[in-house]
Amino acid sequence: MSQFLEISGLKARIDADGQEKQILRGVDLSIPPGEVHAIMGPNGCGKSTLSYVLAGREDYEVTAGSVLFKGQDLLAMEPEERAAAGLFLAFQAPVELPGVNNANFLRTAVNAVRRARGQDELDAVAFLKLARTAAKELSMAPDMLKRNVNVGFSGGEKKRNEVLQMTMLEPSFAILDETDSGLDVDALRIVAEGVNRLRSPQFSALVITHHQKLLDYLVPDRIHVMAQGRIILSGGPELAREIDREGYTKFLAEAEAA
Amino acid sequence: MPAVTETREAVEKLGQSTYKWGFETEIEMDMAPKGLNEDIIRLISTRKEEPEWMLEWRLAAFATWQAMREPTWAKVSYPPIDYQDLHYYAAPRRKPGPKSLEEVDPELLRTYEKLGIPLHEQALLAGVELPEGETARPPVAVDAVFDSVSVATTFRKTLEEAGVIFCPISEAVKDHPELVRKYLGSVVPAGDNFFAALNSAVFTDGSFVYVPKGVRCPMELSTYFRINARNTGQFERTLIVVEEGASVSYLEGCTAPMRDENQLHAAVVELVAMDDASIKYSTVQNWYPGDEEGRGGIYNFVTKRGACRGARSKISWTQVETGSAITWKYPSCILQGEGSVGEFYSVAVTNNCQQADTGTKMIHIGRNTRSTIIAKTISAGRSDSTYRGLVRVQPKASGARNFTQCDSLLIGDQCGAHTVPYIESRNMAARIEHEATTSKISEDQLFYCRQRGLSEEDAVGLIVNGFCRDVLKELPMEFAVEAQKLLQISLEGSVG
Repeated sequence: MSQFLEISGLKARIDADGQEKQILRGVDLSIPPGEVHAIMGPNGCGKSTLSYVLAGREDYEVTAGSVLFKGQDLLAMEPEERAAAGLFLAFQAPVELPGVNNANFLRTAVNAVRRARGQDELDAVAFLKLARTAAKELSMAPDMLKRNVNVGFSGGEKKRNEVLQMTMLEPSFAILDETDSGLDVDALRIVAEGVNRLRSPQFSALVITHHQKLLDYLVPDRIHVMAQGRIILSGGPELAREIDREGYTKFLAEAEAA
Repeated sequence: MPAVTETREAVEKLGQSTYKWGFETEIEMDMAPKGLNEDIIRLISTRKEEPEWMLEWRLAAFATWQAMREPTWAKVSYPPIDYQDLHYYAAPRRKPGPKSLEEVDPELLRTYEKLGIPLHEQALLAGVELPEGETARPPVAVDAVFDSVSVATTFRKTLEEAGVIFCPISEAVKDHPELVRKYLGSVVPAGDNFFAALNSAVFTDGSFVYVPKGVRCPMELSTYFRINARNTGQFERTLIVVEEGASVSYLEGCTAPMRDENQLHAAVVELVAMDDASIKYSTVQNWYPGDEEGRGGIYNFVTKRGACRGARSKISWTQVETGSAITWKYPSCILQGEGSVGEFYSVAVTNNCQQADTGTKMIHIGRNTRSTIIAKTISAGRSDSTYRGLVRVQPKASGARNFTQCDSLLIGDQCGAHTVPYIESRNMAARIEHEATTSKISEDQLFYCRQRGLSEEDAVGLIVNGFCRDVLKELPMEFAVEAQKLLQISLEGSVG
């Protein structure tokens, strides 16, 4: 028992055009503090749904199971309370907020979680200093802070912006939902380095990905294979290489046979 | 959807408490009896110690009004107004014409303090907390109008030294009759429309501004309007005349107590800009909007019009309309002078049962006249909001240009947004552009913000402020901050 993140028997469904669709069919997953875990699996297996359910998106209805985060009932919390508790979700497709200044958005968010965590709010000067340093480490152009949130950003810029937000919000648990999709090799390395900088005994992450490449940089402690709404297999980092070589079919067949 | 129930609960919980300007001031009032007839108009004129010509002007307007009918073309609905069931004059009881702030009823000053109006010059000079990055800001001269009369005007001395006249219009009638007679009704004639005629007959106070040739007004001028008494109408009249090469920036703010009955507000604002003159007129309108069921609230029927008489003159209207049960308002520009410029920047927010029909008219008469219209409409609850605008290019207005952009943002699925642009071009060489969009705050945007730690209300506030940014940035700094907060408060409880 890790006492950090415990997902047990989690089932969730979504109401899609009047039809209820079961997506998570009993997920069990335990992540200890300080570890990075990766989830791999074919399209439509429920990876993104798991990340949305953990972050508290209301479109999904949890029908069974529980999630304990640092001893708290995560599923009973509002999305912003989960953020304050230390959960961060790097979105697969970050939304645009027209007219909302990126720095202003970031500062509002940082101060909202700081307030909720009982920390002092950052004034404009202190905030900008931190944000500029963090942006520079991610090789972001200085004007990115002045632009509107994700408006007109390239795919790579959006992902870097997610990692910038993650760095500034100081989460204890981050979910990276296909953060590597649409990134070229250089951008991938920069993003991975951004995540690696956060690694500490107090920081855990769940990385959702299709590709071995990101895991080469991040080196996860555990790999989980997800299919049809369940974790069907878990193993060490070598599992990712095996999947990369042989595809999911073999594992899916084994799981079905079992 | 559970969200709907939540919304209802949230709205019910917040209810009236969201309108924090809803207090009433206990103050002795001098009231005219209810009703409207020639005797009441004579009484108003006598109380204001007006010259004979003013009374005659009022009576003529009254005669015109009696022959007119209330307009029905706007997309708003309300029960018939009984114009005989209102008080047309209400004034705080005190010695007439305070000569200094010390003479003003302290209860009144406390009211304005509650509203956050820096009436005391000292407090202002001492400087309230400055927004980030700003080291100092110029002081603001304030004219405060309580029900029917102006109670205090600050910084008059400083302004006088610059040659600027800034005083209650009732004083201007007595002290500067030549200016008032020349310009009053010259932009909005007494018989212009039903509400303008009513205002011309019974207007009680408002502000008068005169900026002489070549003078840049040394500070922002500001008027705060407050309706306090029961069953009264407020009919203020503002007249701003800016001579050749001069400029002024004028702000107005409005609030009223919460009441079950509807109150009528029918104002007239006239602006006159001569050669190379510029007038920037900003409004933050926050009259009481009524409760969540649509009980009470101000009927805001306002005629605002500016005349760009001189060449290269410029009139810019910026408005943030969050209050009132019904808003009927079309700040307009008559672009007469060659190369003159008209601008209209508007944010109109409606929530619960509010109705707004607002927009502008740009009348291009002179050559090479230009106009810009940016209108942002936000509807929530069961409210209905309409942008209604006219761009007219007269035959002689060669080279005229207009750009119009109307954006609507919907929150929830029971509100409405409508855009009614009228374009009339009688000159082939004119260029007119119109863009319009309608969008909703998406669940994706809300969830994104909440995942980053923002509450739902803060997220809506942020998204709405982003949507309105093009307009808000036109407001003077101190109003922009206030307006941002106001937008958020007005929309509290509007999402679930």
